[in-house]
Parts: sequence; structure tokens; C-alpha cells
Amino acid sequence: MSVLLRYFVAAAAAVFLIGLTFIIPSFTSYQLATACAYLCGIAGLTLLTGAGGQLSLGQAALMAAGAYTYALTANALDDAGVEGPLLLVVPLVAAVAGAGVLGLVIGLAAGRLHGPYLAGFTMALVVALPAVTSTFSSVLGGDQGLWVTVQKRPAALRGTVSTEAWQAWLAVVCAVAVMAVLANLLRGRFGRELRAVRDNPVAAALAGINPARTKVAAFVISSAAAGMGGGLLAYTTQSASPGAYSLVFSLFLLMAAVVGGIGSLTGAVWGAVLLVALPHLIGTATSRLALPTDLAQRLDGNLSVAIFGLVLVLVVLLAPQGIQGLLVKLWHRTGFKHSASPVRSAAPASAPRPASPPLPIRHQPAEQPATQKGQ
Amino acid sequence: MMTRSPLRIGAAVLAAAALGLSSCASPEEGSDPAAEDVPGITDTTVTVGTHQPLTGPAAAGYSTISPATQAYFDYVNDNGGVNGRTIEYIAKDDGYNPANTQSAVREMVLQDEVFALVGGLGTPPHSAVLDFVNDNEVPDLFVASGSPTWDQPDEYPYTYGFMVDYPTESRILATYAQEEFPDKTYCFFGQDDDFGDEFKAGLEAVLGSDGLASAQVYSTANTDIAAQISAMKEAGCEVNFMATINGFSAQAVGTAAKLGYFPQWMASSAGGDYNTLSGYLGENTNKLLQGFVSANYLPAYSETEDDWIKKFREINEEYNAGAAFDGNTVFGMSIGYLFVEALKEAGENPTRESLLEALESGNVTGNGLVPLGFSGDSHRGYTGAMLTRVDNGVQSYFGTAYTVDGDDVQEYTGERSAMPANGLPD
Repeated sequence: MSVLLRYFVAAAAAVFLIGLTFIIPSFTSYQLATACAYLCGIAGLTLLTGAGGQLSLGQAALMAAGAYTYALTANALDDAGVEGPLLLVVPLVAAVAGAGVLGLVIGLAAGRLHGPYLAGFTMALVVALPAVTSTFSSVLGGDQGLWVTVQKRPAALRGTVSTEAWQAWLAVVCAVAVMAVLANLLRGRFGRELRAVRDNPVAAALAGINPARTKVAAFVISSAAAGMGGGLLAYTTQSASPGAYSLVFSLFLLMAAVVGGIGSLTGAVWGAVLLVALPHLIGTATSRLALPTDLAQRLDGNLSVAIFGLVLVLVVLLAPQGIQGLLVKLWHRTGFKHSASPVRSAAPASAPRPASPPLPIRHQPAEQPATQKGQ
Repeated sequence: MMTRSPLRIGAAVLAAAALGLSSCASPEEGSDPAAEDVPGITDTTVTVGTHQPLTGPAAAGYSTISPATQAYFDYVNDNGGVNGRTIEYIAKDDGYNPANTQSAVREMVLQDEVFALVGGLGTPPHSAVLDFVNDNEVPDLFVASGSPTWDQPDEYPYTYGFMVDYPTESRILATYAQEEFPDKTYCFFGQDDDFGDEFKAGLEAVLGSDGLASAQVYSTANTDIAAQISAMKEAGCEVNFMATINGFSAQAVGTAAKLGYFPQWMASSAGGDYNTLSGYLGENTNKLLQGFVSANYLPAYSETEDDWIKKFREINEEYNAGAAFDGNTVFGMSIGYLFVEALKEAGENPTRESLLEALESGNVTGNGLVPLGFSGDSHRGYTGAMLTRVDNGVQSYFGTAYTVDGDDVQEYTGERSAMPANGLPD
């Protein structure tokens, strides 16, 4: 029943967002599509880092893998004369599979690493991306990247539905599907195993869980979700280029996950919205201020980065469980809800330690005496 | 407990959507029923947009182009605008990153509803939005790139070039090199994208497919080019053609000098601006750039007696806060002038169609040294170039201008366009 209800809610969200595209302007539809693509990557990161405790800075590289797989598959299909829904669905499946395979390869190595070593390793992936694309520029198109053949919206919809609205439809459906799958996984046996391995691999192993396999599986799942995001970006922007998947973007994805609340998938939604809306709002704000033109133009590119950093610092200081954690707390305070049942998404186990200093520390018994002394 | 999370996800999605909605509530300003049909045009304003690398690897030099265009538009607006309309100019930073260009241009076209795009800069960035702007039927004028991609009137009827295209430029440089340095070893150093490929194709058309002893490429993501320059030195390269943006032209010259290697450099106009290069090379500029040859097609900023340059310097002082005056300033103002000329030609109440008709009519000539290629079946920008050489720290034109038609390089003897009164199109 609960799984059914989850699907029902997911479907309702999809229907609502698709309905929304009929009233919002095209550009906002485009932003919605972008946010959904980002959401796939961020949600994957939430599973890997939030629930799995594996810190990855390489999510952008996995999204790039999805985008390039999409591009290569779609272009190959187009060359072969394939049209229609196949040209839409096959490259998306390929994007998920391509990123998943890369995730498996990385995961096999990354499963042996932890903490800063894993972070460094995954960061190297993103840093190496431009070198890889220019080394294989005959296939991957170098700095310029690849131009993607896309199956445009069905002829029947032309005139009533804009290109951007159609892109938003596709992105919403895919993102909702990714969220539903990830939510099911996290709620089920796999999620429990993942958290067990994160909190105490030895205990998990004693309980019959294979920690290495669980970690690799988390990497593959997270990569596949990122691949879906990359595929959607390739579709909406009609291109796959190394510049779109820079180290900065990779850090932004992690920041978005942390700011949104890395303990829960819902937090990923906030993170994705922020990632899309913030630069836009700042750009709009600076253009309304009476700044000298060249200053305003420079701020347009840089200010959003600075403010995003500032938001991150504030969130870590003031709301260590992210926006979602803050909202849950407010929800409880306002008395709409009895705070008797602990809310899973705000539960300490779900948050990574670096971002959540004030949480009660359950898994480090050494600290317990100090706490007791205080009492 | 089990059902809470999906509900919350749903709630968050709804709230997210609401946030998205609120972020787009940008009021349409001052629209008038008469002019309502034409996006970006009101009774008193014309709104145009551009994407520029104000940050990132191509920012040095290029980031001063859009302020120069803005300065020229401000000057025009202060002198009554065009048919009573002032020009509003939106310049968005894309950091020379195609992914950013895509969202910047979508915002300008879908949300700001610009009348046209003017001077969008860069081959990789602009390629990324080519289909989008043509699908949306937005005039896409004077792309600041020498790729022949912009000259495809059948496929991209809304896109027009501006710069002399790279194959044309490289043909002229190669032809000159054959005359001036007949028995030397020719090599190529270029950007690893269409810019480099097309430039190289032009060179090979003149020099033969085995005419280049070495061809090296770089990626803008990697600023260390010592390996490539060493390879050129090893190959005994004496005349090096460069399809580079300014930062990498300077890097090539500087890296070679460090290796004690001083070949003849022959650069594309895209990466041959003396003032920009000197910003990188510092105090050794004069020594390093002595004899540096590069192509160009606009009035040279060093020609202080030229009418265009005098006027542009005045405008630069008054409307651009006296910013450094160089080839990029001239470039930005020339694009501004060309757009104003086209807009005037488009009639009292311009539409997107009449703007394109104005360009196809051939009556829009710009301020270059050679003719523009605009007609019904060509969207090619400047059809030729003239060469500049650096001598004692001054970059100036020498010889005659050339135009290229197909593989045929010819001397151009026609008149340069004279400046109308006050630098305002008639």
C-alpha cells in the first residue's frame, strides 16, 4: 500500500508539473526541465553521500557520461534513419546504462576508498574530463562537444505546446521516475543495508551484509541517476560539451544536495530548484539595480557563485540539516503536527557528519561519557 | 511513517514549482498595441541581446567588446536613437561555455523577448544556440566568429556572419606567406575545434595538403602549450599560422621565446590584437611581437587620422569612461554601427522580416575595409581582409586589401566606406 501510495504521489506530482507548463512562460518551462535534470544528479548524490556516506565530487563527470552516451546513441540512431519515440527512449536508456557502467568501474575502485581519498579520486574524474574529450576529439568533439540530434515534440502537439514545455514534460516524467525508484530503494532493504554499512561496516558484515558490494551498488545506482540527468540535459540543450560538466558544476551539485538537506530526497528537490533559480534571481536583481553596465555584466557571471557560497555557509551554520531539515523543524514548531514520531529525513543517521555537528552522536560511544558528565 | 516521505516529496515539488513561477514574473514593459506584434519593439525602444565571454578563458580582450557596443548605442540614443526609438542592449555573460550560452540566450529570447541577437561571440558558444534561435525565428545578426557556419542561408535563414571567415582569412595569410617567405617551412597552431579546423582547411587549400610541416592543436581547458610549441620548434617551423584566441596567441609567442625560438607568426584577426596581446606579454611585448603579422578588416585603432577611429575614440572617451582603446573597442563599435545601419534600413516600423530584408538588399555596408557579403543567397560577413604588421610597438596595415571568392584570392581596389556625418548612419 505504501509503495502504491508513493507511486500515486509521484504520478500526481508529475501531472501537476506537466499541467503547470500550460500556464508558465516557455523560459520557466526550460528552467523546470533543467531543474529536473539537476534533480536526477543531486538525488543520486543524496543516496550515495547522504545515505551511503561516500563523499563524491565527481557527480558532474557521471552526468557528462550520461550526456555523451545520449549524444552518441542519438546521433548514431539518426544516422541509421531511426525516428519517433525510439529516438527519444533508446538514448535515454543508453544514458542511464552508460553512466551506470562507468559508475560500476569507478565504484569497484572507489569501494576501497573512503573519506578524502574517495573525494580526491572522484574529483580527478571531473578534472580529467576536458583532457579526455580533447584526446578523443574525433569521437567526443573536443572542447566544442557534440551536437545532439533530438526527436522533437510530436507533430500533433506543435502549435499548442512549446518546445520548452515539451522538454519540461519529458524531464518531469524522468525525474519523477528517478525519485520514485530512489525513494523505494532507500526505504527498502537496500537502504537499510546502505545505512548499516555507512554507520558501522564491521557490524554490517557481521549481520550478513557484504559492505563492498553494497558500496559498489550505491555507486552504480547514483551514477545511473546522474546519467539520466545528463541525458536530459543533452536533450534539452541539444549538446554535450565538457564545459557544461566542470568541476564548479560538480561542486554545485554537492552544495545543492547539502543546502537542500542531504539527509532526504526531498532536500534534493530544494537543492535543484535553488541551483536553477538562484543565478536567475540574482541576474534579474542586478539588472534592476542602477549599476554601471559593465559592473552589472560582470556581477551577472560571478555574483551567483558568491551568493551560492554564502548560502552554503549560512545553511551549514544555521540549519545543518539543510532546507528540508529546517522546514521539518518549523513544521513541528508551528504545532501542525505532534512531534512524537521522529521524522526520518531529519534523523541523525541520514546526515553526513561534516555537515551536521549539532546532531546527537549515536555511533561514537567514546563521546558518551562526556555527554553524561555534562548532565 | 512509510507514507510520509512521498507526500513530502510531492509537497516540495509543488513548492518548487511555485518558486519557479514566482521567479519568472517579469512584467512586460511599455508594450503598445501597435507594436505588440513585433517582439522587442515598442514605440520608443528596440531591445537586442548578446552573449559574451565576460569571464572565463576568452574574457581577456573580448570582455571589452560589449561595453564598446553599448557605448556606441548610448551615443546613438543620445542623438535621437533610430526613428525615435532608443536601443536597449542586454549583454549576458556565458564565460565562453556553450552550456551557459544556451540558458543565457533562451532567457533573452523567451523571457526578455529581444528583437534580435547582435554579435553573439564565439564558435562553440554560438553553435550551441544556432538551431534554437532559428527555430524561434529570431534575427541572429553579426555573429562574432569567423566560422563559415553562419553563412548557410538555406538552413539558418536568420543567422548572419560578421567577421571575415577563417578559411578566407587563412587563404589570404597563406598567399601572402608564399610571396613573402617562399622557401620557409610552414606550420599551424590552432584551437581544437571548428575554428582551428576551418582555418587549417584554408591554409591547405593554398599551400597544398602537405604544405604544413607540423599542425598542433590546443584545448582552451588546458593552458600549458609547451609540448605543442616544442614540437613545432623540433619540426623546424619557420612561419607559424595561428588560429588562436588572444590568450593562446600570447601564450604561443611567450612559450616559444622561453624556448629561444623566434619564428614568423601569422595570426587570425580573432587572436591578433596588439593591445590585448601586450596585456599578457607585459614589458617584453615590443621585442616579442616585432614583425607579428595578422589579418583584419576593420579600421585600425592605431590610425589616429582615420575618421572612424577619431569618432570612435570620442565616443569611447565620453560613453565608455575612457576605457583602453584597442581593436576590441573598434570591433564592438563597428558591430553597433552595422546594427544601427540595418535597423534604419528596416524602415520606420521595423519587423524581424524587414530587418532581414534590409540586410539582403545589399544597402547595409558597415565600416570595414572590404565589402560585406550579404545578399539573398549569402550571409557571409566581410569577404576579405588586409594584413597588419607590428613594427616598434605599432600595429598597422600594409599592402593592399584582398577579397576571396571560392579559392580565388584577389586584390581589392574598391573604395572603403566613408563615415557618415557624426558616425551616425544616414
